Amino acid sequence: MSGAVSLVPAASPADGFLSRYEGLTQRLPGMAEPRRAAADILRRRGLPHVREEGWRYTNLAALADVRFHEPLTEASGFVPDTDLPDLDGFDGVPRLVFLQGRFSAAESVLPDAAIVRSFAASAEFGVLPQPERDRLVALNTMLAEDGAIIEVPEDTDAGTLLLVSAGRDIHGTPIAFHPRHTLRLARGARLTVVEIHCGDGQYLNNPVTEITLALHARLTHVRLQNESPEAFHLATIYADVAADASYDSFTLSTGARLARVDVHARLAGAQGHVAINAAQLLRGRQHSDFATVVDHDAPGCASRQTIKHVLADHARGVFQGKIEVAQAAQKTDGYQMNQALLLSPDAEIDCKPQLEIFADDVKCSHGATVGDLDPDQFFYLISRGIPREEARAMLVRAFLGEVLDMVEDERARAMLDRVVDAWWTVPV
Amino acid sequence: MPAIAETLNTVQSVADSGYKWGFETDIEMDFAPKGLNTDIVRLISERKGEPAWLLEWRLRAYAAWLEMEEPVWALLNFPKIDYQDSYYYAAPKKKAGPQSLDEVDPELLRMYEKLGIPVSERAILAGVEGTQARAPMAVDAVFDSVSVATTFRSTLAKSGVIFCPISEAVRDYPELVRKYLGSVVPPTDNYFAALNSAVFTDGSFVFIPKGVACPMELSTYFRINAKNTGQFERTLIVAEEGASVSYLEGCTAPMRDENQLHAAVVELVALDDAKIKYSTVQNWYPGDANGRGGIYNFVTKRGACRGARSKISWTQVETGSAITWKYPSCVLQGEGSVGEFYSVALTNNMQQADTGTKMIHIGRNTTSTIVSKGISAGRSNNTYRGLVRILPRASGARNHTQCDSLLIGDQCGAHTVPYIECRNAGAKVEHEATTSKIAEDQLFYCRQRGLSEEEAVGMIVNGFCREVLKELPMEFAVEAQKLLAVSLEGSVG
Repeated sequence: MSGAVSLVPAASPADGFLSRYEGLTQRLPGMAEPRRAAADILRRRGLPHVREEGWRYTNLAALADVRFHEPLTEASGFVPDTDLPDLDGFDGVPRLVFLQGRFSAAESVLPDAAIVRSFAASAEFGVLPQPERDRLVALNTMLAEDGAIIEVPEDTDAGTLLLVSAGRDIHGTPIAFHPRHTLRLARGARLTVVEIHCGDGQYLNNPVTEITLALHARLTHVRLQNESPEAFHLATIYADVAADASYDSFTLSTGARLARVDVHARLAGAQGHVAINAAQLLRGRQHSDFATVVDHDAPGCASRQTIKHVLADHARGVFQGKIEVAQAAQKTDGYQMNQALLLSPDAEIDCKPQLEIFADDVKCSHGATVGDLDPDQFFYLISRGIPREEARAMLVRAFLGEVLDMVEDERARAMLDRVVDAWWTVPV
Repeated sequence: MPAIAETLNTVQSVADSGYKWGFETDIEMDFAPKGLNTDIVRLISERKGEPAWLLEWRLRAYAAWLEMEEPVWALLNFPKIDYQDSYYYAAPKKKAGPQSLDEVDPELLRMYEKLGIPVSERAILAGVEGTQARAPMAVDAVFDSVSVATTFRSTLAKSGVIFCPISEAVRDYPELVRKYLGSVVPPTDNYFAALNSAVFTDGSFVFIPKGVACPMELSTYFRINAKNTGQFERTLIVAEEGASVSYLEGCTAPMRDENQLHAAVVELVALDDAKIKYSTVQNWYPGDANGRGGIYNFVTKRGACRGARSKISWTQVETGSAITWKYPSCVLQGEGSVGEFYSVALTNNMQQADTGTKMIHIGRNTTSTIVSKGISAGRSNNTYRGLVRILPRASGARNHTQCDSLLIGDQCGAHTVPYIECRNAGAKVEHEATTSKIAEDQLFYCRQRGLSEEEAVGMIVNGFCREVLKELPMEFAVEAQKLLAVSLEGSVG
């Protein structure tokens, strides 16, 4: 907050990506013009810098130290049985599997009720993610090669669909991939998407997802970010929610050395509903930044956000959340809660829960708490003979339980529980 | 309940509309030429008869300022300030001291009257020879750039308290000033602090020696008077071990068409067990209903709790100024030190306020409390911006923040931008914020009992602010209540 802030962008790490783009222009799918415009933006402004308000807590400079490899023509080096995540409980559930950002028909099972097309074939960039507003979108737009375009027809319940991304370096050489997904639910349609990111070795996963929900549509979006501990995960989601539609999302972030998730949800029609909940479990030197913007542009909408962080070792958790209420959005009900548990003296939490309100008849509140475990609760447990480590784990599980409980899909919930349990097998 | 009676009283006196404090005093002024350059900095320093080290200090600040850029991160929107189009030095012309009140410039006296300064004090302020202080409050009036007079100095001197214009302190207590000036807000801290450090003309200096509880509340009135003069006052308060002081600052400025620049710096230093309470009521000219004119208020206020168990408490009621950019902060270095920030910020018409605090927890077991009440009306925008930072050594640190916003009308904005940065697992930080409007049932209840809508709103707003107003010294609390009501005029109906 203090000191004069210079607006001159510093040297940016976009150069490596730009030279890759220049070598690739002839081979990238779809129209060249949006990519050229995106490249111009990156050439002019570079990647986001810590001197920019939205990036004050997350430094992308580490990306510049890695020389990501030339584009891949096909996935290589994969051992499907060991590289794919544990999908117990999802037997028979349709799935779209992407290996190193490329669609793998062999691993995928297409859904019946939803229509799936490939970005590589149609290269639709959509309208919500705009390169000029967001430079990670520019990076994706410049280099996107593949992705899924998923459409659910009117009044159809398409059930559950798995969207799996497995990353891997190529024989030790880091690679980067920029998937571009689109989810479109027509009037009254329903879908649950369980999105899983996992992998091995060093790579950059930079997905951009556009979500459009028409009148009465409902999308449940459960995301598990369990990337390789050496990976970079930079995900951007734009969701447009029409009248009486609902976007219910949950993200568990526990992988990657550097992660940033940007969720922009816009309530465009009356009586819409948005939930953006998340848990971040971090250790070592992991850094994970969860950033949300909820735009209330129509009256009578509700938004709910609960974000919890459990931070061990030298981990750093970041939450930046903004609720914007336009003048037309009377009777808005907005809620945002951010809570962090610091399990180590070297962990750090930074948060910025922000309200921007231009309508007078609204109910908006936010809260934030940071602290250690409650000593009274801890004492209660150990006085009943529960070993210290176990007592600690119990209390942390209870803390996380409050947000995990918001995942209503039982199979997804069971999967998340398994990941949280596994996290504890490595002592904190 | 007396408080309610007070409110009703206030609401009744609201009838006369417009900016009540918008008088302009016509007295002879001594100006330096317009614009800012090293010559002006040298001239200010020379006029003040400053030692070489201070001139050097100013010139270094000026050089740093030239290299800096005006910050743009606040949610404020105003035309670019032309720093060369302002006067940086204006002083009332010096004459020999008048022998009685009759000889005092009647304009000056009228101003004191409008400010509500008691007659006995007016004589002292006007520098009438032979007058003595009896009332229990000491006033240091800053009339544009020069501290006109300081009352009660002798009473204070008996307890060892120094309360004088900072220009005098530079002359009389150079080693104290040199030790503490810029030690809390360094000259290069930010754009406006650098500007202030280069061209500050006056302000107050307070020194409370070890173990002394200041026998009376200290008070300063700031006024910006002459046309196109920026006011750059500098206040430095030092409380030694075990000392305590309550300091009141009131600000009014006459009505002016053009925007006037104000960039003050306030530094507080509290050593072991010392307590400083700093209260502000700011009702500078906010501009007219269409956003013409008004004060640009860019203030850097910071307190350093250097000693163990020291305490610094900021209370502010901000109803004036076209633009407010102000973040009274506490640097909690001493073990167990305490920082507090209580704020009411009210914006109406086209006013814009971006205000809040910073609590930097460095020492162990430090605690801070933030209570902020923002009220937006008309077409105004009101932002709370606050930082709570817990550094790794601050085990046992504790913060509680509450910020509430109230919207009156659908053309205004209320924004909350808190930053929480915690690097200690043993710390506890809590933040809550709400935004709401005046409930229909509350209004209905008041209307039913015969209050007009405007009266009802005034009363409800006072209730909304109560947690902060109760932190103000009595006489300030009363003025603040009135101000809230006056500032809300025209916002309903």
